[in-house]
Amino acid sequence: MSVSNLLENWSKFRHTHPVEDKGVPDWEAYPSEIKWAMAIDLDACTGCNACSVACYAENNLPVVGKEKYSHGQAMHWMRIERYWDENDGQFVADQGARFLPMMCQQCEAAPCETVCPVGATNHTEDGLNSQIYNRCIGSRYCSANCPYKVRYFNWYDYPSTKDVWPSPLNEQLNPDLTVRGKGVMEKCTFCKQRTYTARNNAKTEGREVKDGDVQTACQEACPAGAISFGNLHDPESRVAKQWQSQQVELAKEKQEKDEKEGNRLRGYRILEELRPYPSVMYLERVRESAV
Amino acid sequence: MGKDIREDIAWAQINRDVLKSLESPRKLYWVIIFAAMLVFSVGVGCEIYQYNTGMGVANLDNPHVWGLYIATFIFWIGMSHSGTLLSAILHLMHADWRKPIYRFAEAMTTFSLMTAGLFVMVHLGRLWQFYYAVPYPNERWTWPNFQSPLLWDAMAIFTYLSSSVIFLYVGMIPDLAICRDHLHPGWRKKLYTLLALGWEGTDRQWRNFRMTYLTVACFLIPLAVSVHSIVASDFAMSQQPGWHVTSFPPYFVAGALYSGCAAIITLFIILRYVFRFEEYMTLPILKKTVRLTFAIAMVWTYLNCIEFASVWYSHDQVAKDVLIQKATGTYAPFWWAMIFCGSVVPFAMMVKKWQTNIPVMFAVSLLLNLGMWLERWMIVSPTFSHGYYPWTWDHNQWPSMIQWGIVFGSFGWFTLLFMVFCKVFPSVSMYEVKEMVYHRSLELKKKELAAKGAN
Repeated sequence: MSVSNLLENWSKFRHTHPVEDKGVPDWEAYPSEIKWAMAIDLDACTGCNACSVACYAENNLPVVGKEKYSHGQAMHWMRIERYWDENDGQFVADQGARFLPMMCQQCEAAPCETVCPVGATNHTEDGLNSQIYNRCIGSRYCSANCPYKVRYFNWYDYPSTKDVWPSPLNEQLNPDLTVRGKGVMEKCTFCKQRTYTARNNAKTEGREVKDGDVQTACQEACPAGAISFGNLHDPESRVAKQWQSQQVELAKEKQEKDEKEGNRLRGYRILEELRPYPSVMYLERVRESAV
Repeated sequence: MGKDIREDIAWAQINRDVLKSLESPRKLYWVIIFAAMLVFSVGVGCEIYQYNTGMGVANLDNPHVWGLYIATFIFWIGMSHSGTLLSAILHLMHADWRKPIYRFAEAMTTFSLMTAGLFVMVHLGRLWQFYYAVPYPNERWTWPNFQSPLLWDAMAIFTYLSSSVIFLYVGMIPDLAICRDHLHPGWRKKLYTLLALGWEGTDRQWRNFRMTYLTVACFLIPLAVSVHSIVASDFAMSQQPGWHVTSFPPYFVAGALYSGCAAIITLFIILRYVFRFEEYMTLPILKKTVRLTFAIAMVWTYLNCIEFASVWYSHDQVAKDVLIQKATGTYAPFWWAMIFCGSVVPFAMMVKKWQTNIPVMFAVSLLLNLGMWLERWMIVSPTFSHGYYPWTWDHNQWPSMIQWGIVFGSFGWFTLLFMVFCKVFPSVSMYEVKEMVYHRSLELKKKELAAKGAN
């Protein structure tokens, strides 16, 4: 974040979406060939938490323990939320819970990015909302302004805490990325270490990144295959196809629902109306009987 | 009602009385200093523990990432505003009555800003890296993010603090010269000699002094308004329900003046007793301050209503839910206490008998301060308990003893700085009180002459 960048690109910052800015409604105007995105099929999700566990293992997340967890100081970058159907204020127990895997939505106009005093959180070329741990001073303004509350703060010095990775868990710490120290804000990165490796490999081989080159840890672990991840700019990718078939577009503010018979459109993004333009699309769960 | 400042008081008497405060305060002074040190050391202990262990010991969590630290930060920033109001705005308006009490109000401004600055530091997760927020030229050419209201905050506070210190110092120069001329040799004499800048009271010096003082005063007023508007921007510029309100900047400025005035009444009463300033900090002055505070209290109440009304009629369901949750949820006792202390208690200041009743006014001013502190807390915390996202709903959090300890300690730090200041520097402006007495005696003489003429 330099002064010249601020002055020259002022109009780009908050008011308009990079896609809208050029007046072109497709991905050609996007500054990079790659735009990572995700789609999660809630109909397939069984709430088994495998994604969450895989995320812990892949990203060296500290296991804070029961006490700190109950204090709301958990570090799960990915959490499974449970919702119950309500009928006249009564929970409909026999329907079971709905599950919603929640992680950083990698917003295009991220509310967290504008407010960080030191510019520790900013936007990457491949459309991710990144966090520079070294730069973070821990003001927690980003978290305060995040509508999804998916940023996790290192409340303690976990690396030097005894029971965070009890043996043999410490043997499986991922050497590809850091263990964050106290006072730093962290969050889901769409497994940046994996996407970067995939990009570098493709570059070495002199080709573009193909669909399937990279899988996030949560995607890999999901037994139901509910999560798909890939390049939204690649029309052949599974993610792009899902987004397109559900008529969800990155720059859209509100997903139009097809309320007619069949209800084919079940894609939506969470809190779209706040215009953070999240990069994660959810596919609604289909119920056999309406409540 | 008590007596106002005597018109026939001798100038040498004024010097003597004020200079005496630098040497022999009542015993209560030492009790206060001792208590303040004790309270401050509690805060220091808590901070050291938090620094070593991590912010987790404050019992903050996700989503409650901010807590008492930010609330108390706004409180101290707010408290600083009435120093400027009394000394700069009333100076430009030629309000005579401010003269005996503006010096300590300015000192209050400076020290409460310093305390607020501490909270910016205390709340950081990585305090040792705070300088990343300072725009300094560096090898990697990385700058802070100029879009962030938090950065505007840092700049605004720094500007306001430095200007306030200059204002306080400039206004004190003639008095420092008096101290220099009257005190026995020692470290103090050396200090005053240095700070008085060779003041002799010549015509030219007075002219330059008046000009400088006026310029700094004019500079300070918009600054004071902007500082608290920017603090309000920390919230209003975000998109969280309960914070994203257009009326926040004026609301914050009114709240700041309000809490500042309440603090002035508290300190007025303490100083008056501790330093035997009964002759100068008179009851008619207290009465005027009380009336001013009441007027500002009503402005604050009005803006509070505006905020609720605009949320209520906005059809913004989430913001509305936050408001309802404030009034009925876990924070309800504190929220209603804020309404009571901020909007109901001030009516006690309308009772004429009480306006000059010292114990009553002392209690009222403490209640007002409590109300204003609660107001800041009620701005910060409830939004986290009921944001946009259902995952955060009804997630309540109570500050840990560490957090309370640091907030508590900040009051000790402020009191310590303030009390030391009052013992080292004249907390009643001698030269301005003399002016005041002179003008009043002139008016009195005019009246006498007119009366004789009529006869």
